[in-house]
Amino acid sequence: MAVLADYKAEKPTWCPGCGDFGVLNALQRAAVDLALDPEEMVVVSGIGCSGKLSAYFGSYGLHTIHGRSLPTAQGVKMANRDLTVVAAGGDGDGFGIGLGHFIHAMRRNIDITYLVMDNHIYGLTTGQTSPTSDHGMVTKTAPKGAVEEPVHPLELALVTGCGFIAQGFSGDIAQLSQIIKRAIAHKGFSFVNIYSPCVTYNKQNTYEFYKGNVKKVEEIDGYDATNRFAVLQQVSEAHALLTGVLYEAERPTFEQSVPRFATTGLSQLEHRLDAKDYERLLADFR
Amino acid sequence: MSHQLGWKVGGEQGAGIDSTGEIFAWTMHRLGYYVFAYRHFMSRIKGGHTNYKIRVADAEITHHGDDLHILVAFDQETVNVNWNELVDGGIVIADGSLKAPDDARVQFCNIPLTGLAKEAGSAIMKNMVAVGVTAAIVGLTPEHFLPVIEERFAKKGQDVVDSNLSAVRKGFAHYNEHFAGHLALPDAPESVDPNHLYISGNEAVALGALAAGCRVLAQYPITPATEVMYSLVKYLPEYGGVVIQAEDEIAAVNMALGANYAGTRSMTCTSGPGFSLMMEALGLSGMSETPLVIVDVQRSGPSTGLPTKTEQSDLYEALYGSHGEFPRIVLAPTSVQECFSYAVLAFNLAERYQCPVILASDLYMGMSKGSTDLLDTTAVSIERGKLLADADLAGVTRGEFRRYAVTDDGVSPRAIPGQKGGRFIALGNEHDELGFEMEDQTMRNLQMDKRARKLTGYTGPNGVTAVGPASSALTLVGFGSTKGVIAEAREALLAEGLQVSHVQLGVLAPFPEDALKPYVEGAGRLLVVEVNSRGQLADQLRLHLGHHEKLDSCLKYDGDPLLIADIVKRAKEVLSVGSPS
Ligand SMILES: Cc1ncc(C[n+]2csc(CCOP(=O)(O)OP(=O)(O)O)c2C)c(N)n1
Ligand code: SF4
Ligand SMILES: [Mg+2]
Repeated sequence: MAVLADYKAEKPTWCPGCGDFGVLNALQRAAVDLALDPEEMVVVSGIGCSGKLSAYFGSYGLHTIHGRSLPTAQGVKMANRDLTVVAAGGDGDGFGIGLGHFIHAMRRNIDITYLVMDNHIYGLTTGQTSPTSDHGMVTKTAPKGAVEEPVHPLELALVTGCGFIAQGFSGDIAQLSQIIKRAIAHKGFSFVNIYSPCVTYNKQNTYEFYKGNVKKVEEIDGYDATNRFAVLQQVSEAHALLTGVLYEAERPTFEQSVPRFATTGLSQLEHRLDAKDYERLLADFR
Repeated sequence: MSHQLGWKVGGEQGAGIDSTGEIFAWTMHRLGYYVFAYRHFMSRIKGGHTNYKIRVADAEITHHGDDLHILVAFDQETVNVNWNELVDGGIVIADGSLKAPDDARVQFCNIPLTGLAKEAGSAIMKNMVAVGVTAAIVGLTPEHFLPVIEERFAKKGQDVVDSNLSAVRKGFAHYNEHFAGHLALPDAPESVDPNHLYISGNEAVALGALAAGCRVLAQYPITPATEVMYSLVKYLPEYGGVVIQAEDEIAAVNMALGANYAGTRSMTCTSGPGFSLMMEALGLSGMSETPLVIVDVQRSGPSTGLPTKTEQSDLYEALYGSHGEFPRIVLAPTSVQECFSYAVLAFNLAERYQCPVILASDLYMGMSKGSTDLLDTTAVSIERGKLLADADLAGVTRGEFRRYAVTDDGVSPRAIPGQKGGRFIALGNEHDELGFEMEDQTMRNLQMDKRARKLTGYTGPNGVTAVGPASSALTLVGFGSTKGVIAEAREALLAEGLQVSHVQLGVLAPFPEDALKPYVEGAGRLLVVEVNSRGQLADQLRLHLGHHEKLDSCLKYDGDPLLIADIVKRAKEVLSVGSPS
């Protein structure tokens, strides 16, 4: 069985203290706890500091282009449904350039897990406004403060009907790894937004800020993670400063719903046609 | 070309024009004739002129022909628009009281198609009445059409079959009673080849992909590529596969890339606007050395262009699109058989060279349907290149698999997720042999050169078909779908005593310089025939082979497919034969 060391690959080059270390660490722990075989797992990442996760996590990896981790990850899963597929990226990657894919991945409900390292900033490109930057936040590209309303990923996921919505914080690895475990175990598309501070370019959304402000939903009396409208209201009222599994519901997955989709990973099967196949196929053209 | 017959039905879009054409074409095909059908349509659902031209011959043809013998017109516009195409002695079957131009070359028959259809049960069967009239003109009987009618309408009940047949009979009887003109079909073939198929380029591409083992199609609908999706929506569930209607072409191409990375053959299929959206992923395929097949059924551009019209104007994009430098293969099937065989080839080459392969057909090739006896399913083989077996990876320690090992032929052994010992990261960043992102100059050059080397040793087909001697007065050069029309133009020129050869390209990258060289050097002049305005193929010839002084272009970009006469006229101009216009 795999141990923590098996999930390590290249040494991370993130800035010391970067929130993404916590995400890597939590994912590694979740993989160990779930006894996932590193070779049966694929991490598909986008571009950004966050996108480097695939290089540092010791499974198969696919480091794609900016904003496209989700479609690529869905393709991987279609090719071999027996793999555990994790897509990962930043807030710019997922809620800016790739936002359309996010909504459609939720609709489609292919059984993959999506981790967003949401630092409210463009890290790799050295500090521009991101789609989750707070209104008024000062950045290199908004020296007088951001004038646009941020994207609200949790609310967006709730209204889109995503079957698993969670939020974690890099500063609480124990909780985050539990969340990721449940996200991977969930059948269908699971979304984990992670407050992952950028210590270099975001002096506003810091560890201290989150430590003092986020609340765990399991500590809220009577929190019902199955009541979508109640969750929506609570998330909005708390300005999304909640952590834990916020919402979970069972929905048939894409794999289950596609007529006659092979139950074994397609990549494991032979796909040659024989004379009988051709006879049948060509009959339509005679 | 020996004796042949051109037949066309036209009317308002949405008025059953397609089904009329299909019934006529299928019946001719079943009788053993060789049929080629081209649909002229517009980017709207109702109204606007549409027509369906069917050419019937006694040997395989890959062009709809310049000549029209019989025109079925459901509205006045059809008469007006298509009049000039009619040969002397042609016949027009005109519904009701449509008016003939003042021109006695053609026999104009006003027939109450709609009225007779109403007598048979319903006005919508006017097309069946027209079929009956056609039968009378060409010397067939209504019963010849019965099998196809039964097939189409059996599901709706015997009543429907009967009333349709009765509509055909009414048209047949009416013509024989009131008119006398006849036009002969070619001699009916003595026997029908068991492989006699009636199929479009798009259908052949879908079949080829299926035969190649493609089990994941990710596509966003677009004319003229959507039919590939329709076919695979039908086939893939039967083979455990899946069609994903992606949210856009960026998603579609990245899904296909992800599936290929994970070891299942996958493709995406699109036309110009979607192909433009795929450019970034093309580079990811090149850099990460992930096999990828993109089918581009070209249509008229730029931008939305003439979305239901054909063009061959994506050649530059296929060859050069996307930033940076990486190897790619560009195939352009020159026949419906090649739509099938090149689809298989595309997957094999994508895996052999671990690079993107673009299969560029076009609307004319993709949506036209033709009879062929030549689709060869026995030659299909699935070759997966340097994809490793589990046993090959047995001794490899986790984390030490050198996915991007610098090899002599530039191709590195490939593992797929699930394989023990094969763990690696595929990526678009420059990387070392293990797949780790790095910026070391030496390794950068090694990896760039390794990737480039893959195609310098290309051993796939060169795709060149040459007819006639290398040393000709004039050699016609084309690529992809224009093979048929150029071949017929050449025959017409030969018949006038001109010495003309023909070279057709089916592979554009790697460019087949060696195979072309003798023809380019041997020809007195070269006329490069292509359906675009810039002469994109001519540019490639100049770039790779020089001889600027010998090159002329025959270009068409008005939305209509090339005619034989377009080429003949231009060839004569170039050879300074006849009266220049
Ligand atoms: C198509 C494209 N546009 C722009 C870029 C430049 N770029 C790289 S990463 C990035 C933003 C990264 O922000 P985020 O996704 O939040 O990731 P982070 O670095 O914060 O983890 C941008 C704009 C790119 N690589 N590709
Ligand atoms: S710039 Fe920010 S996000 Fe990027 S590695 Fe440094 S701390 Fe992390
Ligand atoms: Mg960010």
